[in-house]
Amino acid sequence: MASPRKLPTSSSELDLDRLNIEDYLPFGSSIHEPPGQLRLSVPLSPSFMRRDLLDITPTLTEAAGAIVDDSFTRCFKSNSQEPWNWNVYLFPLWCFGVVVRYLILFPARVLVLTIGWIIFLSSFAIVHFMLKAHDALRRKLERLLVELICSFFVASWTGVVKYHGPRPSIRPKQVFVANHTSMIDFIILEQMTAFAVIMQKHPGWVGLLQSTILESVGCIWFNRSEAKDREIVARKLRDHVLGTDNNPLLIFPEGTCVNNHYTVMFKKGAFELGCTVCPIAIKYNKIFVDAFWNSRKQSFTMHLLQLMTSWAVVCDVWYLEPQTLKPGETPIEFAERVRDIISVRAGLKKVPWDGYLKYSRPSPKHREGKQRSFAEWVLQRLEER
Amino acid sequence: MGNASSMLTQYDIEEVQDHCNNLFSQQEIVSLYERFCQLDRNAKGFISADEFLSVPEFAMNPLSQRLLKMVDGLNFKDFVAFLSAFSAKASKQQKIELIFKVYDSDCNGKVSFNDILEVLRDLSGPFMSDEQREQVLVQVLKEAGYTRESYLLLDDFVKVFGNSDLKMEVEVPID
Repeated sequence: MASPRKLPTSSSELDLDRLNIEDYLPFGSSIHEPPGQLRLSVPLSPSFMRRDLLDITPTLTEAAGAIVDDSFTRCFKSNSQEPWNWNVYLFPLWCFGVVVRYLILFPARVLVLTIGWIIFLSSFAIVHFMLKAHDALRRKLERLLVELICSFFVASWTGVVKYHGPRPSIRPKQVFVANHTSMIDFIILEQMTAFAVIMQKHPGWVGLLQSTILESVGCIWFNRSEAKDREIVARKLRDHVLGTDNNPLLIFPEGTCVNNHYTVMFKKGAFELGCTVCPIAIKYNKIFVDAFWNSRKQSFTMHLLQLMTSWAVVCDVWYLEPQTLKPGETPIEFAERVRDIISVRAGLKKVPWDGYLKYSRPSPKHREGKQRSFAEWVLQRLEER
Repeated sequence: MGNASSMLTQYDIEEVQDHCNNLFSQQEIVSLYERFCQLDRNAKGFISADEFLSVPEFAMNPLSQRLLKMVDGLNFKDFVAFLSAFSAKASKQQKIELIFKVYDSDCNGKVSFNDILEVLRDLSGPFMSDEQREQVLVQVLKEAGYTRESYLLLDDFVKVFGNSDLKMEVEVPID
Protein backbone atom coordinates (compact mmCIF):
# COMPACT_ATOMS: atom_id res chain seq x y z
CA MET A 1 0.00 0.00 0.00
CA ALA A 2 1.49 3.29 -1.04
CA SER A 3 1.03 5.93 1.58
CA PRO A 4 -0.50 9.04 0.12
CA ARG A 5 1.58 12.08 0.67
CA LYS A 6 0.71 14.45 3.42
CA LEU A 7 -1.01 17.54 2.23
CA PRO A 8 -0.48 20.80 3.98
CA THR A 9 -3.90 21.98 4.96
CA SER A 10 -5.09 25.09 6.64
CA SER A 11 -6.52 24.38 10.03
CA SER A 12 -9.06 26.30 11.97
CA GLU A 13 -9.62 25.61 15.63
CA LEU A 14 -12.46 23.25 14.90
CA ASP A 15 -10.50 21.23 12.41
CA LEU A 16 -7.76 20.45 14.85
CA ASP A 17 -10.18 17.88 16.12
CA ARG A 18 -10.05 16.03 12.89
CA LEU A 19 -7.19 13.83 11.95
CA ASN A 20 -5.93 13.96 8.46
CA ILE A 21 -8.30 11.33 7.20
CA GLU A 22 -6.38 10.92 4.01
CA ASP A 23 -3.37 9.72 5.92
CA TYR A 24 -4.88 6.38 6.45
CA LEU A 25 -8.00 5.87 4.50
CA PRO A 26 -8.85 2.24 4.04
CA PHE A 27 -8.44 0.83 0.58
CA GLY A 28 -5.11 2.60 0.91
CA SER A 29 -3.81 3.13 -2.53
CA SER A 30 -7.17 3.80 -4.07
CA ILE A 31 -6.94 7.30 -2.73
CA HIS A 32 -6.50 9.73 -5.55
CA GLU A 33 -2.96 9.42 -6.63
CA PRO A 34 -2.41 11.52 -9.69
CA PRO A 35 -1.72 9.11 -12.48
CA GLY A 36 1.24 11.07 -13.74
CA GLN A 37 3.17 10.93 -10.50
CA LEU A 38 4.53 7.55 -11.39
CA ARG A 39 5.39 8.50 -14.90
CA LEU A 40 7.02 11.83 -14.36
CA SER A 41 10.37 10.50 -15.44
CA VAL A 42 8.97 9.17 -18.68
CA PRO A 43 9.61 11.52 -21.62
CA LEU A 44 6.48 13.48 -22.27
CA SER A 45 4.56 12.64 -25.32
CA PRO A 46 1.44 14.58 -26.23
CA SER A 47 -0.78 11.57 -25.80
CA PHE A 48 0.36 11.08 -22.24
CA MET A 49 -0.73 14.51 -21.18
CA ARG A 50 -3.92 14.31 -23.12
CA ARG A 51 -4.82 10.89 -21.86
CA ASP A 52 -3.88 11.55 -18.29
CA LEU A 53 -5.71 14.83 -18.19
CA LEU A 54 -8.90 13.33 -19.57
CA ASP A 55 -8.45 10.10 -17.65
CA ILE A 56 -10.69 10.50 -14.63
CA THR A 57 -10.72 6.79 -13.82
CA PRO A 58 -8.93 7.00 -10.45
CA THR A 59 -11.51 9.43 -9.12
CA LEU A 60 -14.39 7.51 -10.68
CA THR A 61 -13.14 4.21 -9.30
CA GLU A 62 -12.87 5.69 -5.86
CA ALA A 63 -16.42 7.00 -6.01
CA ALA A 64 -17.80 3.68 -7.21
CA GLY A 65 -15.80 1.89 -4.55
CA ALA A 66 -17.38 4.07 -1.90
CA ILE A 67 -20.83 3.32 -3.29
CA VAL A 68 -20.23 -0.42 -3.20
CA ASP A 69 -18.66 -0.55 0.23
CA ASP A 70 -17.25 1.90 2.74
CA SER A 71 -15.74 1.54 6.15
CA PHE A 72 -17.78 4.34 7.66
CA THR A 73 -21.16 2.72 7.07
CA ARG A 74 -19.73 -0.55 8.34
CA CYS A 75 -19.14 1.02 11.74
CA PHE A 76 -22.83 1.62 12.23
CA LYS A 77 -24.27 -1.51 10.72
CA SER A 78 -26.39 -3.55 13.09
CA ASN A 79 -25.62 -7.20 12.91
CA SER A 80 -28.74 -9.11 12.15
CA GLN A 81 -29.14 -12.25 14.16
CA GLU A 82 -28.32 -15.41 12.30
CA PRO A 83 -31.63 -17.32 12.30
CA TRP A 84 -31.28 -20.79 13.74
CA ASN A 85 -34.88 -21.96 13.66
CA TRP A 86 -34.70 -23.36 10.18
CA ASN A 87 -35.47 -26.99 10.57
CA VAL A 88 -38.10 -29.22 12.08
CA TYR A 89 -36.15 -30.03 15.22
CA LEU A 90 -34.91 -26.54 15.87
CA PHE A 91 -38.16 -24.75 15.23
CA PRO A 92 -40.09 -26.12 18.26
CA LEU A 93 -37.07 -25.43 20.42
CA TRP A 94 -36.97 -21.88 19.16
CA CYS A 95 -40.72 -21.47 19.79
CA PHE A 96 -40.21 -22.74 23.30
CA GLY A 97 -37.48 -20.18 23.73
CA VAL A 98 -39.73 -17.37 22.52
CA VAL A 99 -42.42 -18.39 24.99
CA VAL A 100 -39.92 -18.46 27.85
CA ARG A 101 -38.32 -15.18 26.87
CA TYR A 102 -41.49 -13.20 26.30
CA LEU A 103 -43.92 -14.76 28.76
CA ILE A 104 -41.68 -15.69 31.69
CA LEU A 105 -38.39 -13.81 31.53
CA PHE A 106 -39.77 -10.53 30.29
CA PRO A 107 -42.52 -10.09 32.92
CA ALA A 108 -40.12 -11.17 35.65
CA ARG A 109 -37.64 -8.58 34.46
CA VAL A 110 -40.23 -5.84 34.30
CA LEU A 111 -41.11 -6.73 37.88
CA VAL A 112 -37.48 -6.58 38.96
CA LEU A 113 -37.05 -3.24 37.28
CA THR A 114 -40.24 -1.85 38.81
CA ILE A 115 -39.19 -2.93 42.29
CA GLY A 116 -35.81 -1.40 41.63
CA TRP A 117 -37.35 1.90 40.62
CA ILE A 118 -39.68 1.97 43.64
CA ILE A 119 -36.82 1.36 46.04
CA PHE A 120 -34.61 3.79 44.23
CA LEU A 121 -37.06 6.66 43.86
CA SER A 122 -38.35 6.51 47.40
CA SER A 123 -34.89 6.30 48.94
CA PHE A 124 -33.54 8.90 46.60
CA ALA A 125 -36.27 11.37 47.47
CA ILE A 126 -35.70 10.82 51.17
CA VAL A 127 -31.95 11.16 50.90
CA HIS A 128 -32.14 14.13 48.62
CA PHE A 129 -34.52 16.19 50.73
CA MET A 130 -33.86 15.00 54.28
CA LEU A 131 -30.10 15.16 54.22
CA LYS A 132 -29.76 18.61 52.75
CA ALA A 133 -27.56 19.67 55.63
CA HIS A 134 -25.15 16.73 55.47
CA ASP A 135 -23.60 17.22 52.12
CA ALA A 136 -20.94 14.53 52.23
CA LEU A 137 -23.23 11.83 53.54
CA ARG A 138 -25.96 12.76 51.09
CA ARG A 139 -23.62 12.52 48.14
CA LYS A 140 -22.30 9.20 49.30
CA LEU A 141 -25.78 7.77 49.61
CA GLU A 142 -26.89 9.18 46.28
CA ARG A 143 -23.87 7.60 44.69
CA LEU A 144 -24.77 4.23 46.18
CA LEU A 145 -28.36 4.56 45.04
CA VAL A 146 -27.39 5.34 41.46
CA GLU A 147 -25.16 2.28 41.48
CA LEU A 148 -28.07 0.28 42.87
CA ILE A 149 -30.56 1.27 40.17
CA CYS A 150 -27.94 0.50 37.52
CA SER A 151 -27.53 -2.96 39.02
CA PHE A 152 -31.28 -3.40 38.69
CA PHE A 153 -31.06 -2.38 35.06
CA VAL A 154 -28.27 -4.85 34.40
CA ALA A 155 -30.27 -7.54 36.18
CA SER A 156 -33.24 -6.75 33.96
CA TRP A 157 -31.35 -8.06 30.96
CA THR A 158 -29.60 -10.78 32.95
CA GLY A 159 -26.34 -8.99 32.35
CA VAL A 160 -23.44 -11.39 32.55
CA VAL A 161 -20.63 -8.90 32.94
CA LYS A 162 -17.09 -9.87 33.71
CA TYR A 163 -14.93 -7.08 35.06
CA HIS A 164 -11.16 -7.40 34.67
CA GLY A 165 -8.56 -5.26 36.36
CA PRO A 166 -8.59 -2.93 39.35
CA ARG A 167 -11.79 -0.99 40.10
CA PRO A 168 -11.61 2.76 39.58
CA SER A 169 -11.22 4.90 42.66
CA ILE A 170 -12.09 8.50 43.37
CA ARG A 171 -9.14 10.78 42.96
CA PRO A 172 -8.56 14.06 41.25
CA LYS A 173 -6.91 14.56 37.89
CA GLN A 174 -7.94 11.40 36.15
CA VAL A 175 -10.49 10.66 33.46
CA PHE A 176 -11.81 7.35 32.23
CA VAL A 177 -12.38 6.81 28.55
CA ALA A 178 -14.24 3.88 27.01
CA ASN A 179 -15.39 2.72 23.62
CA HIS A 180 -19.08 3.27 23.04
CA THR A 181 -21.64 0.79 21.77
CA SER A 182 -24.86 1.73 23.47
CA MET A 183 -26.12 3.75 26.37
CA ILE A 184 -26.04 0.51 28.33
CA ASP A 185 -22.23 0.87 28.43
CA PHE A 186 -22.85 3.61 30.88
CA ILE A 187 -25.23 1.51 32.97
CA ILE A 188 -22.80 -1.40 33.03
CA LEU A 189 -19.91 0.79 34.16
CA GLU A 190 -22.06 2.77 36.54
CA GLN A 191 -23.17 -0.26 38.53
CA MET A 192 -19.60 -0.76 39.71
CA THR A 193 -18.55 2.85 40.16
CA ALA A 194 -20.67 5.98 40.16
CA PHE A 195 -19.01 7.79 37.30
CA ALA A 196 -19.82 11.30 36.28
CA VAL A 197 -20.38 11.04 32.56
CA ILE A 198 -20.34 13.45 29.66
CA MET A 199 -23.19 12.64 27.36
CA GLN A 200 -25.39 13.88 24.62
CA LYS A 201 -28.61 15.33 26.00
CA HIS A 202 -31.42 12.96 25.07
CA PRO A 203 -35.09 13.68 24.62
CA GLY A 204 -37.91 11.84 26.41
CA TRP A 205 -37.70 9.91 29.66
CA VAL A 206 -33.96 9.46 29.33
CA GLY A 207 -33.59 13.22 29.23
CA LEU A 208 -35.71 13.52 32.34
CA LEU A 209 -33.47 11.06 34.19
CA GLN A 210 -30.42 12.88 32.96
CA SER A 211 -31.51 16.25 34.24
CA THR A 212 -32.86 15.05 37.60
CA ILE A 213 -31.10 12.04 39.00
CA LEU A 214 -27.88 11.75 37.09
CA GLU A 215 -27.06 15.35 37.67
CA SER A 216 -26.57 14.44 41.33
CA VAL A 217 -23.55 12.30 40.45
CA GLY A 218 -22.07 15.20 38.55
CA CYS A 219 -22.90 14.21 34.98
CA ILE A 220 -22.50 16.85 32.29
CA TRP A 221 -24.85 17.11 29.33
CA PHE A 222 -24.38 18.79 26.03
CA ASN A 223 -25.89 19.07 22.63
CA ARG A 224 -23.75 17.69 19.85
CA SER A 225 -24.91 20.22 17.33
CA GLU A 226 -24.45 23.30 19.55
CA ALA A 227 -21.06 24.81 18.90
CA LYS A 228 -21.44 26.93 22.03
CA ASP A 229 -21.82 23.81 24.16
CA ARG A 230 -18.29 22.76 23.33
CA GLU A 231 -16.78 25.63 25.26
CA ILE A 232 -19.10 25.27 28.21
CA VAL A 233 -18.45 21.53 28.42
CA ALA A 234 -14.71 22.05 28.17
CA ARG A 235 -14.85 24.48 31.07
CA LYS A 236 -17.04 22.18 33.16
CA LEU A 237 -14.64 19.32 32.46
CA ARG A 238 -11.67 21.27 33.72
CA ASP A 239 -13.49 22.23 36.89
CA HIS A 240 -14.72 18.72 37.48
CA VAL A 241 -11.37 16.93 37.28
CA LEU A 242 -9.81 19.33 39.73
CA GLY A 243 -12.31 18.62 42.51
CA THR A 244 -10.98 16.06 45.00
CA ASP A 245 -14.34 14.67 46.01
CA ASN A 246 -15.97 14.53 42.58
CA ASN A 247 -16.98 11.22 41.12
CA PRO A 248 -14.51 9.87 38.58
CA LEU A 249 -15.17 11.29 35.16
CA LEU A 250 -16.16 8.99 32.31
CA ILE A 251 -15.97 10.07 28.69
CA PHE A 252 -16.91 8.19 25.55
CA PRO A 253 -14.51 9.98 23.22
CA GLU A 254 -16.03 8.50 20.07
CA GLY A 255 -19.02 10.73 20.64
CA THR A 256 -21.43 8.26 19.08
CA CYS A 257 -22.40 4.60 19.31
CA VAL A 258 -20.38 2.23 17.13
CA ASN A 259 -21.33 -1.39 16.53
CA ASN A 260 -18.57 -2.92 18.67
CA HIS A 261 -16.58 -4.16 15.68
CA TYR A 262 -14.85 -0.87 14.95
CA THR A 263 -13.60 2.20 16.74
CA VAL A 264 -13.98 5.62 15.17
CA MET A 265 -11.75 8.59 15.86
CA PHE A 266 -11.45 9.72 19.47
CA LYS A 267 -12.26 13.36 20.13
CA LYS A 268 -9.30 15.03 21.66
CA GLY A 269 -11.18 16.80 24.48
CA ALA A 270 -10.54 14.14 27.11
CA PHE A 271 -6.86 14.02 26.26
CA GLU A 272 -5.95 17.65 26.67
CA LEU A 273 -7.09 18.08 30.26
CA GLY A 274 -3.63 17.29 31.54
CA CYS A 275 -4.99 14.32 33.48
CA THR A 276 -4.14 10.67 33.70
CA VAL A 277 -6.30 8.82 31.20
CA CYS A 278 -7.58 5.41 32.28
CA PRO A 279 -8.79 3.40 29.28
CA ILE A 280 -11.71 1.03 29.64
CA ALA A 281 -12.40 -1.52 26.92
CA ILE A 282 -15.89 -2.99 26.58
CA LYS A 283 -16.59 -5.95 24.37
CA TYR A 284 -20.04 -7.46 23.97
CA ASN A 285 -20.59 -11.05 23.12
CA LYS A 286 -23.30 -11.12 20.48
CA ILE A 287 -24.34 -14.66 21.16
CA PHE A 288 -27.82 -13.70 22.38
CA VAL A 289 -28.39 -10.12 21.35
CA ASP A 290 -26.62 -7.31 19.53
CA ALA A 291 -25.97 -4.63 22.12
CA PHE A 292 -25.34 -1.94 19.50
CA TRP A 293 -27.87 0.86 19.81
CA ASN A 294 -28.61 2.01 16.30
CA SER A 295 -30.22 5.27 17.31
CA ARG A 296 -31.41 5.95 13.80
CA LYS A 297 -33.54 2.85 13.69
CA GLN A 298 -34.56 2.42 17.30
CA SER A 299 -35.53 4.56 20.22
CA PHE A 300 -33.71 3.81 23.42
CA THR A 301 -36.90 2.34 24.89
CA MET A 302 -37.14 -0.14 22.02
CA HIS A 303 -33.48 -0.95 22.46
CA LEU A 304 -34.04 -1.73 26.14
CA LEU A 305 -37.08 -3.86 25.33
CA GLN A 306 -35.02 -5.81 22.85
CA LEU A 307 -32.41 -6.45 25.53
CA MET A 308 -35.05 -7.37 28.09
CA THR A 309 -36.59 -10.00 25.83
CA SER A 310 -33.29 -11.67 25.06
CA TRP A 311 -31.71 -14.45 27.07
CA ALA A 312 -28.83 -12.42 28.38
CA VAL A 313 -26.41 -9.60 27.66
CA VAL A 314 -22.89 -10.99 27.87
CA CYS A 315 -19.99 -8.64 28.06
CA ASP A 316 -16.43 -8.15 29.21
CA VAL A 317 -15.09 -4.97 30.74
CA TRP A 318 -11.38 -4.34 31.07
CA TYR A 319 -9.99 -1.55 33.24
CA LEU A 320 -6.66 -0.95 31.55
CA GLU A 321 -3.32 0.55 32.51
CA PRO A 322 -3.59 4.33 33.12
CA GLN A 323 -1.79 6.42 30.51
CA THR A 324 -0.27 9.87 30.64
CA LEU A 325 0.77 12.27 27.93
CA LYS A 326 4.31 11.51 26.87
CA PRO A 327 6.73 14.40 26.44
CA GLY A 328 6.41 15.82 22.97
CA GLU A 329 3.13 14.06 22.26
CA THR A 330 0.17 16.05 20.97
CA PRO A 331 -3.29 15.40 22.42
CA ILE A 332 -4.32 13.86 19.10
CA GLU A 333 -1.42 11.41 19.14
CA PHE A 334 -2.22 10.64 22.74
CA ALA A 335 -5.85 9.96 21.83
CA GLU A 336 -4.74 7.65 19.04
CA ARG A 337 -2.43 5.77 21.38
CA VAL A 338 -5.23 5.21 23.87
CA ARG A 339 -7.54 4.17 21.05
CA ASP A 340 -4.94 1.60 20.02
CA ILE A 341 -4.86 0.17 23.52
CA ILE A 342 -8.62 -0.13 23.72
CA SER A 343 -8.98 -1.50 20.19
CA VAL A 344 -6.40 -4.19 20.78
CA ARG A 345 -7.91 -5.28 24.09
CA ALA A 346 -11.49 -5.38 22.82
CA GLY A 347 -10.53 -6.74 19.39
CA LEU A 348 -11.94 -3.80 17.45
CA LYS A 349 -10.80 -2.49 14.09
CA LYS A 350 -9.72 1.11 13.85
CA VAL A 351 -11.13 3.35 11.17
CA PRO A 352 -10.05 6.95 10.58
CA TRP A 353 -13.52 8.46 10.52
CA ASP A 354 -14.99 11.07 12.75
CA GLY A 355 -18.17 9.58 14.22
CA TYR A 356 -19.90 12.94 13.92
CA LEU A 357 -20.05 12.41 10.16
CA LYS A 358 -23.18 10.46 11.03
CA TYR A 359 -24.81 13.81 11.67
CA SER A 360 -23.05 16.09 9.23
CA ARG A 361 -21.33 16.07 5.87
CA PRO A 362 -17.55 16.03 5.62
CA SER A 363 -16.04 19.49 5.44
CA PRO A 364 -14.92 20.69 2.02
CA LYS A 365 -11.39 20.56 3.35
CA HIS A 366 -11.21 16.83 2.79
CA ARG A 367 -12.09 17.24 -0.85
CA GLU A 368 -9.67 20.10 -1.22
CA GLY A 369 -6.77 17.83 -0.38
CA LYS A 370 -7.45 15.76 -3.45
CA GLN A 371 -8.05 18.80 -5.60
CA ARG A 372 -4.82 20.34 -4.48
CA SER A 373 -2.74 17.34 -5.40
CA PHE A 374 -4.45 17.10 -8.78
CA ALA A 375 -3.86 20.79 -9.48
CA GLU A 376 -0.23 20.57 -8.41
CA TRP A 377 0.30 17.66 -10.71
CA VAL A 378 -1.25 19.39 -13.72
CA LEU A 379 0.68 22.61 -13.14
CA GLN A 380 3.89 20.70 -12.72
CA ARG A 381 3.35 18.92 -16.00
CA LEU A 382 2.56 22.20 -17.67
CA GLU A 383 5.77 23.78 -16.46
CA GLU A 384 7.87 20.92 -17.67
CA ARG A 385 7.10 21.42 -21.27
CA MET B 1 -33.73 -5.87 7.73
CA GLY B 2 -34.23 -9.46 6.80
CA ASN B 3 -31.86 -11.69 5.04
CA ALA B 4 -31.44 -10.08 1.65
CA SER B 5 -30.59 -13.27 -0.20
CA SER B 6 -33.93 -14.72 0.80
CA MET B 7 -35.71 -11.68 -0.53
CA LEU B 8 -34.28 -12.07 -4.02
CA THR B 9 -35.47 -15.11 -5.94
CA GLN B 10 -33.36 -16.75 -8.54
CA TYR B 11 -35.56 -15.13 -11.20
CA ASP B 12 -34.92 -11.70 -9.76
CA ILE B 13 -31.20 -12.27 -9.73
CA GLU B 14 -31.20 -13.56 -13.30
CA GLU B 15 -33.26 -10.59 -14.42
CA VAL B 16 -30.75 -8.20 -12.87
CA GLN B 17 -27.86 -10.18 -14.32
CA ASP B 18 -29.49 -9.89 -17.73
CA HIS B 19 -29.84 -6.18 -17.30
CA CYS B 20 -26.13 -5.78 -16.65
CA ASN B 21 -24.96 -8.18 -19.36
CA ASN B 22 -23.89 -10.81 -16.83
CA LEU B 23 -21.03 -8.70 -15.62
CA PHE B 24 -21.77 -9.61 -12.02
CA SER B 25 -22.06 -13.07 -10.50
CA GLN B 26 -25.15 -14.07 -8.55
CA GLN B 27 -23.31 -13.66 -5.28
CA GLU B 28 -22.17 -10.21 -6.26
CA ILE B 29 -25.75 -9.24 -7.08
CA VAL B 30 -26.87 -10.44 -3.66
CA SER B 31 -24.10 -8.41 -2.01
CA LEU B 32 -25.01 -5.36 -4.05
CA TYR B 33 -28.64 -5.79 -3.08
CA GLU B 34 -27.74 -5.82 0.60
CA ARG B 35 -25.73 -2.69 0.07
CA PHE B 36 -28.53 -1.07 -1.89
CA CYS B 37 -31.00 -1.74 0.92
CA GLN B 38 -28.53 -0.41 3.44
CA LEU B 39 -28.08 2.85 1.57
CA ASP B 40 -31.79 3.14 0.79
CA ARG B 41 -32.46 3.94 4.41
CA ASN B 42 -36.12 4.75 4.01
CA ALA B 43 -36.80 1.70 1.81
CA LYS B 44 -38.19 3.76 -1.06
CA GLY B 45 -36.73 1.50 -3.73
CA PHE B 46 -34.14 4.03 -4.80
CA ILE B 47 -31.19 5.83 -3.23
CA SER B 48 -31.60 9.57 -2.96
CA ALA B 49 -28.80 12.09 -3.36
CA ASP B 50 -28.83 12.71 0.35
CA GLU B 51 -28.40 9.03 1.10
CA PHE B 52 -25.47 8.79 -1.29
CA LEU B 53 -23.87 11.76 0.42
CA SER B 54 -24.20 10.09 3.80
CA VAL B 55 -21.24 7.96 2.72
CA PRO B 56 -18.36 10.31 3.59
CA GLU B 57 -15.94 8.63 1.22
CA PHE B 58 -18.36 9.40 -1.61
CA ALA B 59 -19.22 12.90 -0.42
CA MET B 60 -15.52 13.78 -0.35
CA ASN B 61 -15.01 12.77 -3.97
CA PRO B 62 -14.35 15.75 -6.26
CA LEU B 63 -16.72 14.32 -8.86
CA SER B 64 -19.49 13.42 -6.43
CA GLN B 65 -21.93 16.14 -7.54
CA ARG B 66 -21.46 15.18 -11.17
CA LEU B 67 -21.92 11.49 -10.44
CA LEU B 68 -24.96 12.18 -8.30
CA LYS B 69 -26.76 13.43 -11.39
CA MET B 70 -26.17 10.01 -12.91
CA VAL B 71 -27.04 7.80 -9.95
CA ASP B 72 -29.64 9.81 -8.07
CA GLY B 73 -32.93 7.94 -7.87
CA LEU B 74 -31.83 4.79 -9.70
CA ASN B 75 -33.74 1.62 -8.92
CA PHE B 76 -31.80 -1.51 -8.11
CA LYS B 77 -31.53 -2.76 -11.69
CA ASP B 78 -30.17 0.51 -12.99
CA PHE B 79 -27.95 0.88 -9.95
CA VAL B 80 -26.32 -2.43 -10.84
CA ALA B 81 -26.14 -1.46 -14.50
CA PHE B 82 -24.32 1.74 -13.56
CA LEU B 83 -21.83 -0.13 -11.42
CA SER B 84 -21.29 -2.83 -14.03
CA ALA B 85 -18.90 -0.52 -15.89
CA PHE B 86 -16.61 -0.99 -12.90
CA SER B 87 -16.69 -4.76 -13.10
CA ALA B 88 -13.44 -6.45 -14.02
CA LYS B 89 -15.37 -8.19 -16.77
CA ALA B 90 -16.67 -4.99 -18.36
CA SER B 91 -15.32 -4.14 -21.80
CA LYS B 92 -13.12 -1.17 -22.40
CA GLN B 93 -15.78 0.27 -24.63
CA GLN B 94 -18.26 0.25 -21.75
CA LYS B 95 -15.79 1.94 -19.43
CA ILE B 96 -15.05 4.62 -22.00
CA GLU B 97 -18.76 5.17 -22.53
CA LEU B 98 -19.17 5.83 -18.83
CA ILE B 99 -16.28 8.28 -18.79
CA PHE B 100 -17.81 9.98 -21.79
CA LYS B 101 -21.14 10.30 -20.00
CA VAL B 102 -19.45 11.89 -17.02
CA TYR B 103 -18.03 14.58 -19.31
CA ASP B 104 -21.18 14.94 -21.36
CA SER B 105 -23.22 16.48 -18.55
CA ASP B 106 -25.95 17.82 -20.84
CA CYS B 107 -26.29 14.41 -22.53
CA ASN B 108 -26.20 15.76 -26.06
CA GLY B 109 -23.78 13.13 -27.28
CA LYS B 110 -20.84 15.47 -27.66
CA VAL B 111 -18.32 16.96 -25.29
CA SER B 112 -17.44 20.61 -25.73
CA PHE B 113 -14.48 22.60 -24.50
CA ASN B 114 -16.60 23.87 -21.65
CA ASP B 115 -17.71 20.39 -20.62
CA ILE B 116 -14.10 19.34 -20.12
CA LEU B 117 -13.30 22.61 -18.43
CA GLU B 118 -16.00 21.97 -15.87
CA VAL B 119 -14.73 18.51 -15.02
CA LEU B 120 -11.32 20.06 -14.67
CA ARG B 121 -12.83 22.62 -12.33
CA ASP B 122 -14.34 19.87 -10.17
CA LEU B 123 -11.01 18.08 -10.03
CA SER B 124 -8.78 21.02 -9.24
CA GLY B 125 -11.15 23.18 -7.17
CA PRO B 126 -9.71 26.46 -5.95
CA PHE B 127 -6.13 25.40 -6.57
CA MET B 128 -6.05 26.38 -10.23
CA SER B 129 -7.30 29.60 -11.73
CA ASP B 130 -9.73 29.62 -14.64
CA GLU B 131 -6.98 30.96 -16.88
CA GLN B 132 -4.64 28.14 -15.91
CA ARG B 133 -7.30 25.56 -16.61
CA GLU B 134 -8.08 27.05 -19.99
CA GLN B 135 -4.43 27.31 -20.85
CA VAL B 136 -3.80 23.67 -20.05
CA LEU B 137 -6.83 22.52 -21.94
CA VAL B 138 -6.14 24.60 -25.05
CA GLN B 139 -2.64 23.23 -25.17
CA VAL B 140 -3.72 19.63 -24.69
CA LEU B 141 -6.43 19.88 -27.31
CA LYS B 142 -4.07 21.54 -29.76
CA GLU B 143 -1.55 18.75 -29.40
CA ALA B 144 -4.27 16.24 -30.04
CA GLY B 145 -5.37 18.05 -33.17
CA TYR B 146 -8.49 19.70 -31.83
CA THR B 147 -9.38 23.34 -31.24
CA ARG B 148 -11.42 25.22 -28.66
CA GLU B 149 -14.43 25.03 -30.90
CA SER B 150 -14.29 21.34 -31.72
CA TYR B 151 -16.61 18.85 -30.10
CA LEU B 152 -15.36 15.48 -28.96
CA LEU B 153 -17.55 12.52 -29.78
CA LEU B 154 -17.52 9.09 -28.21
CA ASP B 155 -15.26 7.90 -31.01
CA ASP B 156 -12.72 10.55 -30.12
CA PHE B 157 -12.70 9.28 -26.58
CA VAL B 158 -12.22 5.75 -27.81
CA LYS B 159 -9.23 6.99 -29.80
CA VAL B 160 -7.77 8.85 -26.84
CA PHE B 161 -8.05 5.94 -24.46
CA GLY B 162 -7.63 3.38 -27.19
CA ASN B 163 -4.17 2.02 -26.60
CA SER B 164 -3.97 2.30 -22.83
CA ASP B 165 -5.36 -0.02 -20.23
CA LEU B 166 -7.99 1.59 -18.06
CA LYS B 167 -7.71 0.86 -14.39
CA MET B 168 -11.33 1.13 -13.48
CA GLU B 169 -12.23 -1.86 -11.41
CA VAL B 170 -14.16 -2.13 -8.18
CA GLU B 171 -14.46 -5.39 -6.36
CA VAL B 172 -17.79 -6.23 -4.82
CA PRO B 173 -17.17 -7.61 -1.33
CA ILE B 174 -18.80 -10.99 -0.80
CA ASP B 175 -19.19 -12.16 2.74
